Amino acid sequence: MGRGGWAALNALVLLYALVPVAWIVSLSGKDPATVTDGSFWPTRWTWDNYRGIFADGEFTRGLANSIGIGLISTAIAIVIGTMAAYAVARLAFPGRAAVLGVSLLVSMFPQISLVTPLFQIERSLGLFDTWPGLILPYITFALPLTIFTLATFFREIPWDLEKAAKIDGATPFQAFRLVIAPLAMPGVVTTAILAFIVCWNDFLFAISLTSSSRARTAPATISFFTGASQFEDPTGSIAAAAVVITIPIVVFVLFFQRRIVSGLTSGAVKG
Amino acid sequence: MSEGGIAEGDAREVVSKGRAVLGEGQRAERRLGLWLCAPAALVMLLVAAWPVVYSVLLSFQRYDLRFPGEKAWIGLANYGTVLASPFWWNALGVTLLVTVVSVALELVLGMALALVMYRTLLGRGLVRTVVLIPYGIVTVAAAYGWKYAWTPGTGWLAGLLPEGSAPLTQHWPALGVIILAEVWKTTPFMALLLMAGLALVPEDALRAAAMDGAGPWQRFRLVTLPLMRPAIVAALLFRVLDAFRVFDNIYVLTNGAQDTSSVSVIAYHNLIGGLNLGIGSTMSVLIFGVVALVAFVFVKGLGASAPGEVR
Repeated sequence: MGRGGWAALNALVLLYALVPVAWIVSLSGKDPATVTDGSFWPTRWTWDNYRGIFADGEFTRGLANSIGIGLISTAIAIVIGTMAAYAVARLAFPGRAAVLGVSLLVSMFPQISLVTPLFQIERSLGLFDTWPGLILPYITFALPLTIFTLATFFREIPWDLEKAAKIDGATPFQAFRLVIAPLAMPGVVTTAILAFIVCWNDFLFAISLTSSSRARTAPATISFFTGASQFEDPTGSIAAAAVVITIPIVVFVLFFQRRIVSGLTSGAVKG
Repeated sequence: MSEGGIAEGDAREVVSKGRAVLGEGQRAERRLGLWLCAPAALVMLLVAAWPVVYSVLLSFQRYDLRFPGEKAWIGLANYGTVLASPFWWNALGVTLLVTVVSVALELVLGMALALVMYRTLLGRGLVRTVVLIPYGIVTVAAAYGWKYAWTPGTGWLAGLLPEGSAPLTQHWPALGVIILAEVWKTTPFMALLLMAGLALVPEDALRAAAMDGAGPWQRFRLVTLPLMRPAIVAALLFRVLDAFRVFDNIYVLTNGAQDTSSVSVIAYHNLIGGLNLGIGSTMSVLIFGVVALVAFVFVKGLGASAPGEVR
């Protein structure tokens, strides 16, 4: 195929990925009077929709919940996931297969199967509509991804270094902390981003296990937008909010593109 | 003192419990392994395994939060209720249809996308980066984009349709829009997994086939596809299980109207709208059962190696 052919194919791929995104951005820039004109681009660009959602405490609150809950879940999942991944990749111990089996099971879990029992358990423990009430399931669903992806990274590290450290008198834990952990850092960062994306994207737990803005995350908050008055259409606000919650992920993707691709494919295919 | 009554620091190889011969180093390794895995295993057991068991227990009870006084053990009656309900079967049908059609489309489109990304030299970095955007975009955000795009008056796509058509208010067009939204969002992910599979195909094999006179299509079908098989099966398993959970798109696009509920949507409505823990749990258990069956078929029938499995 010639250069022209490839260029056309590439342009097609770019259009595929970008047109729906451009549409939401354009919708978020339309003022209420022109939002229903059906045109792709706004005739007059306005920031009112963005001003509106940030003037309203609900969305800001949702955003704060999303960031806080996402960061805490990711941090905890990474710490305990890294420990388990190291053990699975490097150590011979009974129960290794069981850990992998349970992670696999959890990664295939339909989330809805956990929603009903968690709803009831969290209500009786007082965790319903709280940060920990969402952090716990998020950690659980981020863990299999963390363990698989990091175990792959760990297998690629030159382990002679660890042996050398042990010969020099380091305990296995010291060898892990001082020699291997720094080498594994790129893998850990990649995995953290993937785990954060999983938490940030969640919608089902966020609308099922919360009942107020106390712990409701941004994606769930958007679905409760009604517009400032009963006559006002929330279309523009929803579009603006959708753009805002998409930005952090797109930034991650653009910055860490190579690593995200290798993380996704190594965790999922190479095993 | 450690297990077996052997003093710590004993450097000789010792017989532990009369079976394996373990050195001190190996025993330390075993201990470390268990301790390192304990927190992760504990979280997964407490937040995933226990709720599933609890869900089974709830499914045998009449338990409606609106009528807490009527709570009682009723055996399999909830299963009878759910399995006799046309809503359940319709939701299962919708879920299976969305899963099969969207994953099939994703496989074809994803393979095309993977080939473009793998073979192109021109602007390769740009294409590979931009294609990740649909993967990164929050499903709910994208779903609202599609919803408004197909809303008459507001949307540019609805404007392309004949006057007066509102696809989201009719059964089949609405399902089409749901599938489109799913396919758009997850094809890039499929393409990435398939691209990793393409990297497994040695160039030598392709060149040899070309020398033997195989055309591009024959090379793809007879050399590339068979060598990629493990990657394809793993990607399919991944995506099928994921597509089966479809919730966000349907919740936003139709909220289950026009018989477009998936099993996740119908279970959610029974729980949050109906506050019926018994029925909700029964659906949860049934969904879990279907997913387990699908995974079993993939692993046994197609020889999918589980992600992360040690080979």
